[in-house]
Amino acid sequence: MKKILLFILIIYSFCLASASAEDQSQKRLIKQSRLKLATTTSTENTGLLDTLLPAFTAKTGIVVDVIAVGTGKAITLGENGDVDVIMVHARSMEDSFVAEGYGVNRRDLMHNDFVILGPVSDPAGIKRTNNAAEALRMISTDKSDFISRGDNSGTNVKEIELWEAAGITPTGSWYKEAGQGMGAVITMTNDLQGYTLSDRGTYLSMQDKIDLVVLGEGDPILFNPYGVIAVNPATHDFINYDGAMRLISFVTSIEGQSIIKIFQKNGEQLFYPDAIK
Amino acid sequence: MVIVKALALIFNADREVIFISITSLSLALTSTIISTIPALFLGTTLSIKNFPGKSLIIIILNSLMAMPTVVIGLIIYSLISRSGPLGVYGLLFTPWAIIIGQSVLSFPIIASLIYSALSNISIELPETLETLGAGRFRKLYMIFRESKIAVLSAILSGFGRVIGEVGVSMMLGGNIRWYTRTITTTIALETSKGEFELAMALGIILIFISFTVNALLHMGIHNHE
Repeated sequence: MKKILLFILIIYSFCLASASAEDQSQKRLIKQSRLKLATTTSTENTGLLDTLLPAFTAKTGIVVDVIAVGTGKAITLGENGDVDVIMVHARSMEDSFVAEGYGVNRRDLMHNDFVILGPVSDPAGIKRTNNAAEALRMISTDKSDFISRGDNSGTNVKEIELWEAAGITPTGSWYKEAGQGMGAVITMTNDLQGYTLSDRGTYLSMQDKIDLVVLGEGDPILFNPYGVIAVNPATHDFINYDGAMRLISFVTSIEGQSIIKIFQKNGEQLFYPDAIK
Repeated sequence: MVIVKALALIFNADREVIFISITSLSLALTSTIISTIPALFLGTTLSIKNFPGKSLIIIILNSLMAMPTVVIGLIIYSLISRSGPLGVYGLLFTPWAIIIGQSVLSFPIIASLIYSALSNISIELPETLETLGAGRFRKLYMIFRESKIAVLSAILSGFGRVIGEVGVSMMLGGNIRWYTRTITTTIALETSKGEFELAMALGIILIFISFTVNALLHMGIHNHE
Protein backbone atom coordinates (compact mmCIF):
# COMPACT_ATOMS: atom_id res chain seq x y z
CA MET A 1 0.00 0.00 0.00
CA LYS A 2 2.67 2.51 1.02
CA LYS A 3 4.71 1.52 -2.00
CA ILE A 4 1.78 2.29 -4.28
CA LEU A 5 1.19 5.68 -2.73
CA LEU A 6 4.90 6.41 -2.99
CA PHE A 7 4.84 5.34 -6.64
CA ILE A 8 1.91 7.63 -7.42
CA LEU A 9 3.63 10.48 -5.57
CA ILE A 10 6.83 9.97 -7.57
CA ILE A 11 4.92 9.97 -10.88
CA TYR A 12 3.02 13.07 -9.83
CA SER A 13 6.11 15.06 -8.84
CA PHE A 14 7.78 13.98 -12.06
CA CYS A 15 4.80 15.24 -14.07
CA LEU A 16 4.67 18.57 -12.28
CA ALA A 17 8.43 19.00 -12.58
CA SER A 18 8.44 18.38 -16.33
CA ALA A 19 5.33 20.49 -16.85
CA SER A 20 6.94 23.43 -15.08
CA ALA A 21 10.24 22.84 -16.91
CA GLU A 22 8.34 23.17 -20.19
CA ASP A 23 6.74 26.32 -18.84
CA GLN A 24 10.15 27.72 -17.89
CA SER A 25 11.48 27.07 -21.37
CA GLN A 26 8.65 29.19 -22.74
CA LYS A 27 9.14 31.85 -20.08
CA ARG A 28 12.77 32.28 -21.07
CA LEU A 29 11.55 34.02 -24.18
CA ILE A 30 11.84 37.63 -23.04
CA LYS A 31 8.89 38.39 -20.76
CA GLN A 32 6.10 35.87 -20.45
CA SER A 33 2.90 37.03 -22.01
CA ARG A 34 -0.03 35.08 -23.39
CA LEU A 35 -2.36 36.08 -26.16
CA LYS A 36 -5.56 34.21 -26.94
CA LEU A 37 -6.44 33.84 -30.61
CA ALA A 38 -9.76 32.35 -31.72
CA THR A 39 -9.60 31.17 -35.28
CA THR A 40 -11.24 28.87 -37.76
CA THR A 41 -10.50 25.18 -38.02
CA SER A 42 -9.20 25.77 -41.56
CA THR A 43 -6.20 27.88 -40.50
CA GLU A 44 -5.35 25.38 -37.77
CA ASN A 45 -5.98 22.15 -39.70
CA THR A 46 -3.76 23.24 -42.59
CA GLY A 47 -0.79 23.86 -40.29
CA LEU A 48 -0.38 27.51 -41.35
CA LEU A 49 -0.42 28.76 -37.76
CA ASP A 50 2.30 26.29 -36.81
CA THR A 51 4.69 28.19 -39.08
CA LEU A 52 3.29 31.71 -38.65
CA LEU A 53 2.98 31.89 -34.85
CA PRO A 54 6.40 30.54 -33.78
CA ALA A 55 7.96 33.36 -35.85
CA PHE A 56 5.80 35.87 -33.97
CA THR A 57 6.67 34.34 -30.59
CA ALA A 58 10.39 34.35 -31.39
CA LYS A 59 10.18 38.03 -32.25
CA THR A 60 7.97 39.33 -29.43
CA GLY A 61 8.08 36.73 -26.66
CA ILE A 62 4.31 36.54 -26.74
CA VAL A 63 2.97 33.00 -26.60
CA VAL A 64 -0.21 32.65 -28.65
CA ASP A 65 -2.92 30.27 -27.40
CA VAL A 66 -4.87 29.11 -30.44
CA ILE A 67 -8.49 28.13 -29.94
CA ALA A 68 -9.60 26.59 -33.23
CA VAL A 69 -13.36 26.76 -33.68
CA GLY A 70 -15.72 27.82 -36.45
CA THR A 71 -16.00 31.49 -37.40
CA GLY A 72 -19.36 31.87 -35.60
CA LYS A 73 -17.98 30.50 -32.34
CA ALA A 74 -14.77 32.54 -32.69
CA ILE A 75 -16.83 35.72 -32.97
CA THR A 76 -18.90 34.76 -29.91
CA LEU A 77 -15.67 34.17 -27.95
CA GLY A 78 -14.57 37.67 -29.01
CA GLU A 79 -17.88 39.19 -27.93
CA ASN A 80 -17.60 37.52 -24.52
CA GLY A 81 -14.04 38.79 -24.13
CA ASP A 82 -12.69 35.25 -23.80
CA VAL A 83 -10.09 35.87 -26.51
CA ASP A 84 -7.99 38.90 -27.46
CA VAL A 85 -7.94 38.63 -31.22
CA ILE A 86 -9.83 36.67 -33.91
CA MET A 87 -8.83 35.42 -37.37
CA VAL A 88 -11.93 34.45 -39.33
CA HIS A 89 -13.56 34.25 -42.76
CA ALA A 90 -17.17 35.46 -42.99
CA ARG A 91 -17.13 39.10 -44.04
CA SER A 92 -20.78 39.84 -43.17
CA MET A 93 -20.34 38.53 -39.61
CA GLU A 94 -16.99 40.33 -39.26
CA ASP A 95 -18.55 43.62 -40.27
CA SER A 96 -21.35 43.37 -37.73
CA PHE A 97 -18.80 42.31 -35.07
CA VAL A 98 -16.95 45.58 -35.72
CA ALA A 99 -20.13 47.65 -36.20
CA GLU A 100 -21.52 46.50 -32.84
CA GLY A 101 -18.34 47.70 -31.15
CA TYR A 102 -16.91 44.30 -30.19
CA GLY A 103 -14.00 44.45 -32.59
CA VAL A 104 -11.57 47.13 -33.70
CA ASN A 105 -8.86 47.49 -36.35
CA ARG A 106 -10.00 44.82 -38.79
CA ARG A 107 -7.39 44.09 -41.46
CA ASP A 108 -7.55 41.98 -44.61
CA LEU A 109 -5.13 39.14 -44.08
CA MET A 110 -5.20 36.65 -46.94
CA HIS A 111 -7.54 34.70 -49.16
CA ASN A 112 -8.02 31.47 -50.97
CA ASP A 113 -11.20 30.03 -52.43
CA PHE A 114 -13.90 27.52 -51.67
CA VAL A 115 -14.22 24.36 -53.73
CA ILE A 116 -17.00 21.82 -54.11
CA LEU A 117 -15.62 18.35 -53.42
CA GLY A 118 -17.20 15.13 -54.57
CA PRO A 119 -16.51 11.55 -55.68
CA VAL A 120 -14.63 10.88 -58.92
CA SER A 121 -17.79 9.28 -60.39
CA ASP A 122 -19.70 12.58 -59.87
CA PRO A 123 -23.24 11.07 -59.82
CA ALA A 124 -24.93 14.50 -59.92
CA GLY A 125 -22.79 15.56 -62.88
CA ILE A 126 -21.83 18.96 -61.39
CA LYS A 127 -18.57 19.06 -63.29
CA ARG A 128 -20.58 20.24 -66.31
CA THR A 129 -21.33 23.63 -64.73
CA ASN A 130 -19.09 26.49 -63.64
CA ASN A 131 -21.87 28.03 -61.55
CA ALA A 132 -21.60 27.02 -57.87
CA ALA A 133 -25.29 27.60 -57.05
CA GLU A 134 -26.28 25.57 -60.12
CA ALA A 135 -23.98 22.76 -58.94
CA LEU A 136 -25.74 22.64 -55.55
CA ARG A 137 -29.12 22.62 -57.31
CA MET A 138 -28.00 19.58 -59.34
CA ILE A 139 -26.84 17.79 -56.16
CA SER A 140 -30.24 18.41 -54.53
CA THR A 141 -32.13 17.20 -57.63
CA ASP A 142 -30.03 14.04 -57.72
CA LYS A 143 -30.44 13.64 -53.92
CA SER A 144 -26.74 12.79 -53.66
CA ASP A 145 -25.35 12.96 -50.13
CA PHE A 146 -24.26 16.48 -49.23
CA ILE A 147 -22.43 16.97 -45.93
CA SER A 148 -22.85 20.41 -44.42
CA ARG A 149 -20.65 21.82 -41.66
CA GLY A 150 -23.86 22.89 -39.90
CA ASP A 151 -21.83 24.82 -37.30
CA ASN A 152 -22.20 28.48 -38.29
CA SER A 153 -18.59 28.52 -39.46
CA GLY A 154 -17.38 30.71 -42.33
CA THR A 155 -17.66 27.76 -44.71
CA ASN A 156 -21.17 27.03 -43.45
CA VAL A 157 -22.19 30.67 -43.93
CA LYS A 158 -20.90 30.54 -47.52
CA GLU A 159 -22.73 27.27 -48.14
CA ILE A 160 -26.04 28.76 -46.91
CA GLU A 161 -25.41 31.74 -49.19
CA LEU A 162 -25.04 29.32 -52.13
CA TRP A 163 -28.28 27.48 -51.30
CA GLU A 164 -30.06 30.83 -51.16
CA ALA A 165 -28.57 31.78 -54.52
CA ALA A 166 -29.88 28.47 -55.89
CA GLY A 167 -33.31 29.21 -54.39
CA ILE A 168 -33.35 25.92 -52.49
CA THR A 169 -33.94 25.07 -48.83
CA PRO A 170 -32.01 21.81 -48.46
CA THR A 171 -34.01 19.19 -46.57
CA GLY A 172 -34.14 15.41 -46.68
CA SER A 173 -31.93 12.52 -45.67
CA TRP A 174 -29.39 13.31 -48.40
CA TYR A 175 -28.55 16.63 -46.65
CA LYS A 176 -26.44 15.84 -43.57
CA GLU A 177 -25.52 18.51 -41.05
CA ALA A 178 -22.39 17.26 -39.32
CA GLY A 179 -21.79 20.07 -36.82
CA GLN A 180 -18.04 19.43 -36.98
CA GLY A 181 -14.81 21.03 -38.18
CA MET A 182 -13.66 21.09 -41.81
CA GLY A 183 -11.27 18.17 -41.48
CA ALA A 184 -13.91 15.95 -39.87
CA VAL A 185 -16.48 16.88 -42.51
CA ILE A 186 -14.08 16.08 -45.37
CA THR A 187 -13.32 12.72 -43.73
CA MET A 188 -17.08 12.02 -43.43
CA THR A 189 -17.73 13.07 -47.01
CA ASN A 190 -14.96 10.76 -48.13
CA ASP A 191 -16.47 7.83 -46.25
CA LEU A 192 -19.95 8.53 -47.64
CA GLN A 193 -18.58 9.40 -51.11
CA GLY A 194 -20.82 12.46 -51.10
CA TYR A 195 -20.36 16.16 -51.84
CA THR A 196 -19.26 19.01 -49.59
CA LEU A 197 -18.07 22.60 -49.67
CA SER A 198 -14.54 23.14 -48.36
CA ASP A 199 -11.94 25.86 -48.30
CA ARG A 200 -9.16 24.93 -50.69
CA GLY A 201 -6.50 25.08 -47.98
CA THR A 202 -7.99 22.31 -45.86
CA TYR A 203 -8.70 20.22 -48.96
CA LEU A 204 -5.07 20.51 -50.16
CA SER A 205 -3.72 19.63 -46.73
CA MET A 206 -5.82 16.43 -46.68
CA GLN A 207 -5.55 15.54 -50.35
CA ASP A 208 -3.32 12.50 -49.90
CA LYS A 209 -5.70 10.89 -47.36
CA ILE A 210 -8.92 11.05 -49.39
CA ASP A 211 -10.32 10.04 -52.81
CA LEU A 212 -12.48 13.14 -53.26
CA VAL A 213 -11.73 15.50 -56.15
CA VAL A 214 -12.51 19.14 -56.85
CA LEU A 215 -15.67 19.20 -59.00
CA GLY A 216 -16.65 22.85 -58.66
CA GLU A 217 -14.30 25.85 -58.59
CA GLY A 218 -13.65 29.24 -60.13
CA ASP A 219 -17.06 30.86 -59.59
CA PRO A 220 -16.39 34.39 -58.16
CA ILE A 221 -18.92 33.67 -55.38
CA LEU A 222 -16.44 31.08 -54.04
CA PHE A 223 -13.88 33.76 -53.09
CA ASN A 224 -12.78 33.21 -49.46
CA PRO A 225 -11.14 36.17 -47.70
CA TYR A 226 -9.75 35.99 -44.16
CA GLY A 227 -9.70 38.96 -41.80
CA VAL A 228 -7.94 39.56 -38.49
CA ILE A 229 -9.67 41.70 -35.84
CA ALA A 230 -8.61 42.88 -32.37
CA VAL A 231 -11.21 42.57 -29.62
CA ASN A 232 -12.21 46.04 -28.42
CA PRO A 233 -10.51 46.54 -25.02
CA ALA A 234 -13.37 48.84 -23.99
CA THR A 235 -15.83 45.91 -23.90
CA HIS A 236 -14.12 43.89 -21.17
CA ASP A 237 -11.34 44.27 -18.63
CA PHE A 238 -8.05 42.41 -19.07
CA ILE A 239 -8.16 42.17 -22.86
CA ASN A 240 -4.57 41.84 -24.11
CA TYR A 241 -5.06 44.62 -26.67
CA ASP A 242 -1.37 45.44 -26.94
CA GLY A 243 -0.58 41.81 -27.76
CA ALA A 244 -3.47 41.64 -30.24
CA MET A 245 -2.22 44.71 -32.12
CA ARG A 246 1.31 43.36 -32.19
CA LEU A 247 0.00 40.11 -33.69
CA ILE A 248 -2.04 41.99 -36.28
CA SER A 249 0.92 44.14 -37.20
CA PHE A 250 3.14 41.05 -37.47
CA VAL A 251 0.80 38.99 -39.68
CA THR A 252 0.24 41.96 -41.98
CA SER A 253 3.95 42.88 -42.09
CA ILE A 254 6.22 41.98 -45.00
CA GLU A 255 7.65 39.13 -42.92
CA GLY A 256 4.25 37.73 -41.87
CA GLN A 257 2.77 38.06 -45.34
CA SER A 258 5.73 36.30 -46.94
CA ILE A 259 5.39 33.40 -44.46
CA ILE A 260 1.77 33.06 -45.64
CA LYS A 261 2.90 33.27 -49.25
CA ILE A 262 5.57 30.58 -49.09
CA PHE A 263 3.46 28.19 -46.99
CA GLN A 264 2.80 25.10 -49.10
CA LYS A 265 1.30 21.62 -48.84
CA ASN A 266 2.15 19.03 -51.48
CA GLY A 267 3.82 21.74 -53.54
CA GLU A 268 0.72 23.96 -53.69
CA GLN A 269 0.22 27.39 -52.17
CA LEU A 270 -2.70 27.37 -49.70
CA PHE A 271 -3.24 31.05 -48.90
CA TYR A 272 -2.62 34.29 -50.82
CA PRO A 273 -1.56 37.33 -48.74
CA ASP A 274 -3.86 40.35 -49.00
CA ALA A 275 -2.45 42.97 -46.63
CA ILE A 276 0.27 44.10 -49.02
CA LYS A 277 -0.77 44.25 -52.63
CA MET B 1 -0.02 0.02 -40.46
CA VAL B 2 -1.42 2.82 -38.36
CA ILE B 3 -0.53 0.90 -35.22
CA VAL B 4 3.06 0.38 -36.36
CA LYS B 5 3.49 4.11 -36.98
CA ALA B 6 1.77 4.85 -33.66
CA LEU B 7 4.17 2.55 -31.79
CA ALA B 8 7.08 4.22 -33.59
CA LEU B 9 5.90 7.59 -32.27
CA ILE B 10 5.78 6.22 -28.72
CA PHE B 11 9.13 4.43 -28.81
CA ASN B 12 10.92 7.33 -30.46
CA ALA B 13 9.71 9.38 -27.49
CA ASP B 14 8.12 12.01 -29.72
CA ARG B 15 8.37 15.30 -27.80
CA GLU B 16 4.73 16.27 -28.37
CA VAL B 17 3.39 12.82 -27.41
CA ILE B 18 5.33 13.01 -24.14
CA PHE B 19 4.23 16.57 -23.43
CA ILE B 20 0.56 15.77 -24.05
CA SER B 21 0.69 12.65 -21.89
CA ILE B 22 2.35 14.54 -19.04
CA THR B 23 -0.23 17.34 -19.31
CA SER B 24 -3.06 14.82 -19.11
CA LEU B 25 -1.53 13.00 -16.15
CA SER B 26 -0.72 16.18 -14.19
CA LEU B 27 -4.19 17.64 -14.72
CA ALA B 28 -6.00 14.42 -13.81
CA LEU B 29 -3.83 13.76 -10.74
CA THR B 30 -4.14 17.35 -9.52
CA SER B 31 -7.92 17.37 -9.88
CA THR B 32 -8.26 13.99 -8.21
CA ILE B 33 -6.17 15.14 -5.25
CA ILE B 34 -8.16 18.39 -4.97
CA SER B 35 -11.54 16.65 -5.05
CA THR B 36 -10.45 13.81 -2.73
CA ILE B 37 -10.16 16.10 0.29
CA PRO B 38 -13.79 17.35 0.38
CA ALA B 39 -15.02 13.99 -0.95
CA LEU B 40 -13.39 12.16 1.98
CA PHE B 41 -15.02 14.60 4.36
CA LEU B 42 -18.49 14.32 2.79
CA GLY B 43 -18.33 10.53 2.28
CA THR B 44 -17.28 9.97 5.90
CA THR B 45 -19.88 12.37 7.29
CA LEU B 46 -22.62 10.65 5.31
CA SER B 47 -21.62 7.21 6.51
CA ILE B 48 -21.20 7.87 10.23
CA LYS B 49 -23.74 10.61 10.88
CA ASN B 50 -27.50 10.85 10.51
CA PHE B 51 -28.97 14.25 9.69
CA PRO B 52 -31.98 15.64 7.82
CA GLY B 53 -31.48 15.86 4.05
CA LYS B 54 -28.97 13.03 4.05
CA SER B 55 -30.88 10.92 1.50
CA LEU B 56 -31.29 13.96 -0.72
CA ILE B 57 -27.51 14.53 -0.74
CA ILE B 58 -26.95 10.88 -1.60
CA ILE B 59 -29.45 11.03 -4.46
CA ILE B 60 -27.83 14.21 -5.80
CA LEU B 61 -24.35 12.65 -5.55
CA ASN B 62 -25.48 9.56 -7.41
CA SER B 63 -27.08 11.53 -10.21
CA LEU B 64 -24.01 13.77 -10.51
CA MET B 65 -21.94 10.61 -11.06
CA ALA B 66 -23.73 10.11 -14.37
CA MET B 67 -23.69 13.79 -15.39
CA PRO B 68 -22.30 14.17 -18.93
CA THR B 69 -18.93 15.90 -18.98
CA VAL B 70 -20.14 18.45 -21.53
CA VAL B 71 -22.93 19.60 -19.18
CA ILE B 72 -20.44 20.16 -16.38
CA GLY B 73 -18.18 21.86 -18.91
CA LEU B 74 -21.01 24.11 -20.04
CA ILE B 75 -21.99 25.17 -16.52
CA ILE B 76 -18.41 25.99 -15.52
CA TYR B 77 -17.84 27.69 -18.88
CA SER B 78 -20.72 30.08 -18.21
CA LEU B 79 -19.26 30.85 -14.77
CA ILE B 80 -15.62 31.48 -15.75
CA SER B 81 -16.13 33.15 -19.14
CA ARG B 82 -15.08 36.82 -19.14
CA SER B 83 -18.76 37.69 -19.35
CA GLY B 84 -19.61 35.34 -16.45
CA PRO B 85 -19.53 36.04 -12.70
CA LEU B 86 -15.98 34.67 -12.23
CA GLY B 87 -14.70 36.22 -15.46
CA VAL B 88 -12.25 38.59 -13.78
CA TYR B 89 -9.91 35.72 -12.92
CA GLY B 90 -9.32 34.91 -16.60
CA LEU B 91 -9.51 31.16 -16.02
CA LEU B 92 -11.13 30.06 -19.28
CA PHE B 93 -8.76 28.31 -21.70
CA THR B 94 -6.08 27.74 -19.06
CA PRO B 95 -5.09 24.47 -17.33
CA TRP B 96 -6.81 25.79 -14.20
CA ALA B 97 -10.16 25.69 -15.98
CA ILE B 98 -9.63 22.00 -16.75
CA ILE B 99 -8.60 21.33 -13.14
CA ILE B 100 -11.79 22.99 -11.86
CA GLY B 101 -13.95 21.01 -14.30
CA GLN B 102 -12.25 17.70 -13.58
CA SER B 103 -12.42 18.26 -9.82
CA VAL B 104 -16.17 18.84 -10.08
CA LEU B 105 -16.37 15.74 -12.25
CA SER B 106 -14.49 13.40 -9.90
CA PHE B 107 -15.88 14.72 -6.61
CA PRO B 108 -19.32 12.96 -6.67
CA ILE B 109 -17.80 9.62 -7.70
CA ILE B 110 -15.18 9.65 -4.98
CA ALA B 111 -17.60 10.92 -2.30
CA SER B 112 -20.29 8.43 -3.25
CA LEU B 113 -17.96 5.44 -3.42
CA ILE B 114 -16.31 6.37 -0.11
CA TYR B 115 -19.75 6.62 1.46
CA SER B 116 -20.69 3.14 0.17
CA ALA B 117 -17.38 1.70 1.27
CA LEU B 118 -17.56 3.15 4.77
CA SER B 119 -21.23 2.35 5.36
CA ASN B 120 -20.53 -1.33 4.76
CA ILE B 121 -18.30 -1.56 7.79
CA SER B 122 -19.36 1.34 9.90
CA ILE B 123 -22.64 -0.09 11.17
CA GLU B 124 -21.08 -2.09 13.97
CA LEU B 125 -17.53 -0.80 14.07
CA PRO B 126 -18.21 2.63 15.62
CA GLU B 127 -20.30 1.08 18.38
CA THR B 128 -17.68 -1.54 19.08
CA LEU B 129 -15.00 1.13 19.17
CA GLU B 130 -17.07 3.27 21.50
CA THR B 131 -17.56 0.43 23.95
CA LEU B 132 -13.79 -0.05 23.84
CA GLY B 133 -13.49 3.60 24.83
CA ALA B 134 -12.07 4.97 21.58
CA GLY B 135 -12.12 8.73 21.06
CA ARG B 136 -13.54 10.57 18.05
CA PHE B 137 -10.33 10.69 16.02
CA ARG B 138 -9.26 7.22 17.05
CA LYS B 139 -12.63 6.01 15.79
CA LEU B 140 -12.20 7.71 12.38
CA TYR B 141 -8.67 6.38 12.07
CA MET B 142 -9.85 2.82 12.74
CA ILE B 143 -12.66 3.13 10.19
CA PHE B 144 -10.26 4.30 7.50
CA ARG B 145 -7.79 1.57 8.38
CA GLU B 146 -10.48 -1.04 8.01
CA SER B 147 -11.55 0.24 4.60
CA LYS B 148 -8.40 1.71 3.08
CA ILE B 149 -8.55 -0.44 -0.04
CA ALA B 150 -12.12 0.61 -0.74
CA VAL B 151 -11.17 4.26 -0.19
CA LEU B 152 -8.18 3.95 -2.51
CA SER B 153 -10.40 2.25 -5.06
CA ALA B 154 -12.88 5.15 -4.83
CA ILE B 155 -10.11 7.68 -5.47
CA LEU B 156 -8.77 5.71 -8.43
CA SER B 157 -12.29 5.51 -9.90
CA GLY B 158 -12.40 9.30 -9.72
CA PHE B 159 -9.04 9.44 -11.47
CA GLY B 160 -10.31 7.03 -14.12
CA ARG B 161 -13.28 9.25 -14.83
CA VAL B 162 -11.15 12.37 -15.41
CA ILE B 163 -8.16 10.92 -17.28
CA GLY B 164 -10.45 9.64 -20.03
CA GLU B 165 -12.90 12.54 -20.31
CA VAL B 166 -12.92 14.81 -23.34
CA GLY B 167 -15.86 17.23 -22.82
CA VAL B 168 -14.45 19.32 -19.99
CA SER B 169 -10.90 19.47 -21.39
CA MET B 170 -12.14 20.51 -24.83
CA MET B 171 -14.67 23.13 -23.70
CA LEU B 172 -12.73 24.67 -20.82
CA GLY B 173 -9.15 24.10 -21.97
CA GLY B 174 -9.71 24.96 -25.64
CA ASN B 175 -7.29 22.27 -26.88
CA ILE B 176 -4.39 24.76 -27.06
CA ARG B 177 -1.18 23.23 -28.35
CA TRP B 178 1.72 23.06 -25.84
CA TYR B 179 -0.64 24.33 -23.13
CA THR B 180 -4.01 22.67 -22.55
CA ARG B 181 -3.94 19.91 -25.16
CA THR B 182 -4.60 16.57 -23.44
CA ILE B 183 -4.57 12.98 -24.65
CA THR B 184 -8.30 12.88 -25.31
CA THR B 185 -8.60 16.28 -27.02
CA THR B 186 -5.65 15.42 -29.26
CA ILE B 187 -7.30 12.13 -30.24
CA ALA B 188 -10.48 14.04 -31.14
CA LEU B 189 -8.54 16.66 -33.14
CA GLU B 190 -6.18 14.32 -34.97
CA THR B 191 -9.01 11.93 -35.87
CA SER B 192 -10.94 14.84 -37.35
CA LYS B 193 -7.89 15.76 -39.43
CA GLY B 194 -7.55 12.18 -40.62
CA GLU B 195 -4.16 11.87 -38.82
CA PHE B 196 -4.70 8.52 -37.18
CA GLU B 197 -1.07 7.76 -36.16
CA LEU B 198 -0.76 10.37 -33.39
CA ALA B 199 -4.34 9.64 -32.27
CA MET B 200 -3.58 5.94 -32.07
CA ALA B 201 -0.28 6.52 -30.21
CA LEU B 202 -2.12 8.53 -27.56
CA GLY B 203 -4.92 5.96 -27.42
CA ILE B 204 -2.33 3.28 -26.64
CA ILE B 205 -0.83 5.48 -23.91
CA LEU B 206 -4.27 6.07 -22.41
CA ILE B 207 -4.99 2.33 -22.34
CA PHE B 208 -1.57 1.80 -20.74
CA ILE B 209 -2.32 4.40 -18.04
CA SER B 210 -5.67 2.87 -17.13
CA PHE B 211 -4.11 -0.60 -17.14
CA THR B 212 -1.38 0.61 -14.77
CA VAL B 213 -3.92 2.23 -12.44
CA ASN B 214 -5.94 -0.98 -12.25
CA ALA B 215 -2.85 -3.13 -11.84
CA LEU B 216 -1.75 -0.96 -8.92
CA LEU B 217 -5.18 -1.31 -7.36
CA HIS B 218 -5.10 -5.06 -7.79
CA MET B 219 -1.62 -5.28 -6.27
CA GLY B 220 -2.79 -3.17 -3.36
CA ILE B 221 -5.72 -5.49 -2.65
CA HIS B 222 -3.52 -8.53 -3.05
CA ASN B 223 -0.84 -7.24 -0.64
CA HIS B 224 -3.52 -6.33 1.85
CA GLU B 225 -4.89 -9.85 1.90
